[in-house]
Amino acid sequence: MKKLIEGSMAVAEAIKVCRPHVISAYPITPQTHVVENLSQFVADGELKSEFVNVESEFGAASVVLGSSATGARAFSCTTSQGLLLMLEVLYNIAGLRLPVVMVVANRAVSAPINIWCDHQDAVTVRDAGWIQLWAEDNQEAYDMCLQAYRIGETPEVSLPVMVNFDGFILTHAFEPVDVIEQKDADQFLPPYKPAQYLTTKNPLTFGLLVDPDYYAETRYRLQVAMEDSKKIIEDVADEFKSKFGRYSGGLVEKYRLDDADTAVISMGSVSGTIKEVVDSLRDEGKKIGLLRIRVLRPFPKEAIFAALKDVKNIIIMEKNISLGLEGMLATEIKACFYAKEKQPKVSGYIVGLGGRDIPQDSIRNTILKAEKELAQAEFVDLKHQLIGGVL
Amino acid sequence: MKKPEIKESLLAPGHKACAGCGEALAARIIMDAAGPNTIVTAATGCLEVFSTLYPQSAWKMPWIHSLFENSSAVAAGIEVALKAMGRENEAKVIAQGGDGATADIGIGCLSGMFERGHDVLYVCYDNEAYMNTGIQRSGLTPFEASTTTSPSGEISWGNKTDKKPMPEIAAAHKIPYVATATVGYVKDLEKKVKKALSIKGPKYLQVHCPCPLGWAHDPALTIKVAKTAVQTGLIPIFEMEQGKITSVRKIAKKQPVEEYLKLQARFRHLFKKPGGEAEIKRIQQIADNNIEKYGLM
Ligand SMILES: Cc1ncc(C[n+]2csc(CCOP(=O)(O)OP(=O)(O)O)c2C)c(N)n1
Ligand SMILES: [Mg+2]
Repeated sequence: MKKLIEGSMAVAEAIKVCRPHVISAYPITPQTHVVENLSQFVADGELKSEFVNVESEFGAASVVLGSSATGARAFSCTTSQGLLLMLEVLYNIAGLRLPVVMVVANRAVSAPINIWCDHQDAVTVRDAGWIQLWAEDNQEAYDMCLQAYRIGETPEVSLPVMVNFDGFILTHAFEPVDVIEQKDADQFLPPYKPAQYLTTKNPLTFGLLVDPDYYAETRYRLQVAMEDSKKIIEDVADEFKSKFGRYSGGLVEKYRLDDADTAVISMGSVSGTIKEVVDSLRDEGKKIGLLRIRVLRPFPKEAIFAALKDVKNIIIMEKNISLGLEGMLATEIKACFYAKEKQPKVSGYIVGLGGRDIPQDSIRNTILKAEKELAQAEFVDLKHQLIGGVL
Repeated sequence: MKKPEIKESLLAPGHKACAGCGEALAARIIMDAAGPNTIVTAATGCLEVFSTLYPQSAWKMPWIHSLFENSSAVAAGIEVALKAMGRENEAKVIAQGGDGATADIGIGCLSGMFERGHDVLYVCYDNEAYMNTGIQRSGLTPFEASTTTSPSGEISWGNKTDKKPMPEIAAAHKIPYVATATVGYVKDLEKKVKKALSIKGPKYLQVHCPCPLGWAHDPALTIKVAKTAVQTGLIPIFEMEQGKITSVRKIAKKQPVEEYLKLQARFRHLFKKPGGEAEIKRIQQIADNNIEKYGLM
């Protein structure tokens, strides 16, 4: 059934049909509507969850950790400063192999404080051991929430999953979203049945002190689970398609890449704008396509290489920067081609930081410029009058 | 003749606590008083470290350690999960933390847990410093104790502040039950654990636990040190219900604070440096204030 709803409502509706036992979150713009909607569902008796209002995001993450360890399905939602405040718990949830799902309404990181969209928040925490899914639009964010629980709760995965969707650009956008009936959702997502959890019936110790004799193996097993999850992510997307008719999954999205010699790479909602530019450049005879990263962790290096192996020119447009180096994707994409025979030219552009608009013209000009240069961490649309003096 | 029966404890022997560890003793008494139908959380600290070095665990009950500052929030998550899954009759929930975990880094999560009214007993093992990391001061380190981050020195008498009033801070949250206890009086400790667990809602229990290593006292004297702390008035033992003091452990025979201080090298400088007598008087004043405030005599 299609509904014209705000992105935050779409995500809340998706979580509702996932029937989490426990929801704990702390308000932060632009995530607030998601948790407000969920609170209302609980208040109206539409959703039978324990909604725990906490004193901080650190507390929220800790509450869902405890719930998940007790065998409950748990949900949280945050962004930006809240996500960074959670960081210590994020690593802990992953290390404990708890399939918590969290939606992140991606936003820039302070200072200076800025409430608008970029991807610095989730990119910064990409090493924490969470699977990271990145939506382009609200339908995809909706679908990803259901898939996230299926993926994370698969026994051989047993990892937390973060669903990323762009702050304001998606959270506050009204789009038609096809929502799933509860009974269909229940079929797709059966109750969570962990092999081990906190219970007096089988008293186990969780979160032990692990010394040098054993620690590396726990990290190795996390790494293996991450790698193995690539196949599960694709299987879950296939199953979702067979049930609901939409393919809204996979590790990467390939857009008009078949015969392309130039590929743009991006994540999130800006990909929609880039696709339009690709279309118009195609009309002008350019062999260009887009590769959208849907899953940042595990990093789909095989899928990326397979999609781009015949491409000569790669143009990365990303909303984050690893200060002192370059955009995160630039480094990681280049690594996909290490020791391969054919080496494409890889140009890295930083776009849309702190919610700066990314008009089609900028994308188009950047693509045309990239044909003639090898850009590294080049900021698009910088206002030179602002950086001449002291900012 | 029948051999005396040795009761199996829920915190099994063989863990790695130091000889004479007050915290280990307190934990064992608390767990046995709580019984097996309990889920337990722990903060990072000595207790977690000495009892769960993989692949061994001393815990015969479901137990989880997450981080230093979130034992209370994890316990809250467990409590709501049990409720949401219809398992609330399966287990009581106990959250544990050291004095640092409780009064310093974890006070935010703890306050949240109190405020929200979770049915959890929070136990603070008060050994009066960050022992696990090597005896650094905490908000519950007593006045003028020498620790590695509040050392006595040429121009220092040690820790500059007195113990943060955690029981009162807990009680200010209008929680139904707050109590202090000590390993010096284990029957009282046991009784308070049982009582706390019979009350619904958040409970706070702060247990004074001598640390032979950190306080530098003879490990054979743990119980004596703990009892002397009470008998001087420095550690008041009381219960607060609905915000009001409802019982206090009366001091049988008041002892001067010197009797307590001299047992522990963390106070040695008070007896060595010129001017120490005046400082000991200030500590005596703290004890006397307690005696008056809590009606200990
Ligand atoms: C965020 C964080 N900061 C610091 C530490 C280091 N640390 C671990 S245990 C501990 C002290 C514990 O003191 P306390 O809570 O009093 O427990 P005790 O060991 O004395 O029983 C510290 C500082 C940590 N693990 N995590
Ligand atoms: Mg301590």
